[in-house]
Amino acid sequence: MSFLIQQTLIYAVPLMIVALAGIFSERSGTINLALEGIMIFGAFIGVLFIKLSQSAGMFADAKAAGDWGALQGFMLLAMLVSAAAGAIFSLLLSFACINLRADQTIGGTALNLMAPALVLFLIRIIANQNTLQMNGDAASWFMIKKTMLGYAKTDQLGFFANTFLNKVWLSTYVCLLVFIILSILLYKTRFGLRLRSCGENPQASDSLGINVYRMRYTGTSISGALAGMGGFVYALTTANGSANGDVAGFGFLALAVMIFGNWNPLNVAGASLLFGLFKCIAASYSSIDLNGDGVYWLAQIGISPNFYRLLPYLITLLVLAFTSKSSRAPKAEGIPYDKSTR
Amino acid sequence: MKQKSDFWKRDTTRSVLASLISIVIGMVVGGIVILIVGMTNKSLTIGSALEGIRLVIGGIFCTGRDAAGSLTFGFSPVNLGNMLFRAIPLILTGLSVAIAFKTGLFNIGAPGQYLMGTAATLFIALSIPTAAVPAWIVWILAFLGGMAAGAVWGAIPGAVKAFLNINEVLACIMTNWIAANLVTWAFDASSLKNVAEYGKTGYVYKTTFNGVATPKLGLDKLFPGSQVNAGILIALLFAVLIYILMSKTTLGYELKACGANRHAARYAGIRDKRNIVLSMAIAGALAGTAGSLYYLSGNTEFFWSTYQSLPAVGFNGIPVALLAVNNPIAVIFTGIFMSALDVAGQQLTSLTAYNEYITSVIIAVIVYLSAFSLVIKMWISGGRKPRHGKAAKEDAAVESASELGSSAVTPPVPDPADETPPAEAAPEKGGEE
Repeated sequence: MSFLIQQTLIYAVPLMIVALAGIFSERSGTINLALEGIMIFGAFIGVLFIKLSQSAGMFADAKAAGDWGALQGFMLLAMLVSAAAGAIFSLLLSFACINLRADQTIGGTALNLMAPALVLFLIRIIANQNTLQMNGDAASWFMIKKTMLGYAKTDQLGFFANTFLNKVWLSTYVCLLVFIILSILLYKTRFGLRLRSCGENPQASDSLGINVYRMRYTGTSISGALAGMGGFVYALTTANGSANGDVAGFGFLALAVMIFGNWNPLNVAGASLLFGLFKCIAASYSSIDLNGDGVYWLAQIGISPNFYRLLPYLITLLVLAFTSKSSRAPKAEGIPYDKSTR
Repeated sequence: MKQKSDFWKRDTTRSVLASLISIVIGMVVGGIVILIVGMTNKSLTIGSALEGIRLVIGGIFCTGRDAAGSLTFGFSPVNLGNMLFRAIPLILTGLSVAIAFKTGLFNIGAPGQYLMGTAATLFIALSIPTAAVPAWIVWILAFLGGMAAGAVWGAIPGAVKAFLNINEVLACIMTNWIAANLVTWAFDASSLKNVAEYGKTGYVYKTTFNGVATPKLGLDKLFPGSQVNAGILIALLFAVLIYILMSKTTLGYELKACGANRHAARYAGIRDKRNIVLSMAIAGALAGTAGSLYYLSGNTEFFWSTYQSLPAVGFNGIPVALLAVNNPIAVIFTGIFMSALDVAGQQLTSLTAYNEYITSVIIAVIVYLSAFSLVIKMWISGGRKPRHGKAAKEDAAVESASELGSSAVTPPVPDPADETPPAEAAPEKGGEE
């Protein structure tokens, strides 16, 4: 059971943070279809950053000294770097959609095409193959294990501690914290209200002295930062610390989660847990032991793994079909703001 | 002087120019990326970067390296034939995206429709024994089967868009991944996996295994050594048919009316929901045909374990359609241009330290630029006469249409001049190569 919870969280957390990225962008009035591309870019930059510092030797010292705190700090730094990369990459979208009043769907698609192309081009030149991998078993160095927290290897932890303290990543908790802080920012502060107003009625916001262009830039940049960070977290926790110009449709799934969650952080959190569960079943159905009796019944009922793999997408489609009537998108999303239409 | 300003004012001229500018900027960005990589990477030299840039521009005419190791250029029937062969799916997916755009829909589901078309075609072509049924009948059945499978797969997002008002972009993306998994599942369970050839894993038999292949019609004499076949003629025929459908028939008019303003169309008595489903079904059929023709050639193999990645050909239909401003005839030329770029990418991989992904970067830049092609068009005309009425009016019309559209993401793609005769598009090709 604790395996199931841990695995679900691993998939749910990137979804959650990237769906929040979508909320920030769409609430400010820009459709961010480029989430997938930004994730790919962020994952690449994060992995590259770790790889470069590994080559510079900074990282081996901390590992050799057993300094786990330094390693965790290192991972946080990589998260920040990939967030910055995502924000910078998203400026391409902001520039086209806000300044040049371009079509947001096509602009986002362009970024989705651009990110894997650029990333794969560079990876092939850097690594001579299609995957950029951190040196050694770096992904597991960042994992928090019970021995690091002062327990002995043989100590039996309770269910709670075993689930949330052993074999987990710090990034999971950082993302949850960021999710909570940014949700409060969006709903309980003056800045958040202004941002949301630009996605509902930018003309009215402008008449009250809010700079719509700047607000939309801010929203899209926060969105890019979150998506970039989510991409790195995805690469670290589910792709074993590698970047290969692909996040398996996670960015699009996050968009679906956002619509399913009705552009509201609390619902989105719930929706991403649900989808995380499905993704988790798809990825590791053969090793899920629900009640701990050593029977892996999902593997034993003999359904093709392909079925589990297509399940998240099929359910997304069905769920959207049933909830679409009650969904309410920000009113002005997708419409470029033109001062002269005030 | 007056005549000249008329020439610049014409929508066709501006569209062609905007596309050309996009292509040139895309090429320049690609060149800059190569140059930066060549200068910063220690194992690469400036000379190799310059070679890379030359290949990106003229890869289609590259014939390899001579004894001294420098690139040689000239007429290459193999490259040109392969270019025509690879243009088949690109033209068809381009048409698929273009017809959906005209109805105000963004068909990002072409990869899924392409996969379903491929799967249906391969299953029919390989399971009907040619000993019992003549091969040409099997070919026709497989072709039609692929088309039908694509149409069904395209109609799904169309139907959920029309009846449940789900954003078609999301529905298309989900159906893409469902198709990828379904196709993998179907071939995984089938007996069509290539086990006859030693060392092949994950491939389906070529259709020639069952004696089914598209006829060459003498094109192999024209381009000896290449993969070209009669499929290119079918693709050209489809482009002309779609052109006739969209600009000469009532159905085409209704589809375009739905694209311009769905609510106004309904007010005028046009069945908007039926038209949205129909448009997506036609788009799906075209993408399915693309997969069908590509794998019916008999010398292409399908890697069936596709659940982790979607075919790039489907996505590349988007730039093909955008560059052609959704004009079916122009799609022929932009499709051929894209496949020329594709061949150049292959040359880049085999002849230099760079790789084919640079051409994807160029394509992405082109898509990015076509997102604001309206602005580029305004620059073209505005540079000569500051913001004259037509451009501004068009701009406003597009915006109000997208405001009225029920979907938040109705792509406000400018409606191109529908009456573009083929001759108008011809200079475009001349500039591309």
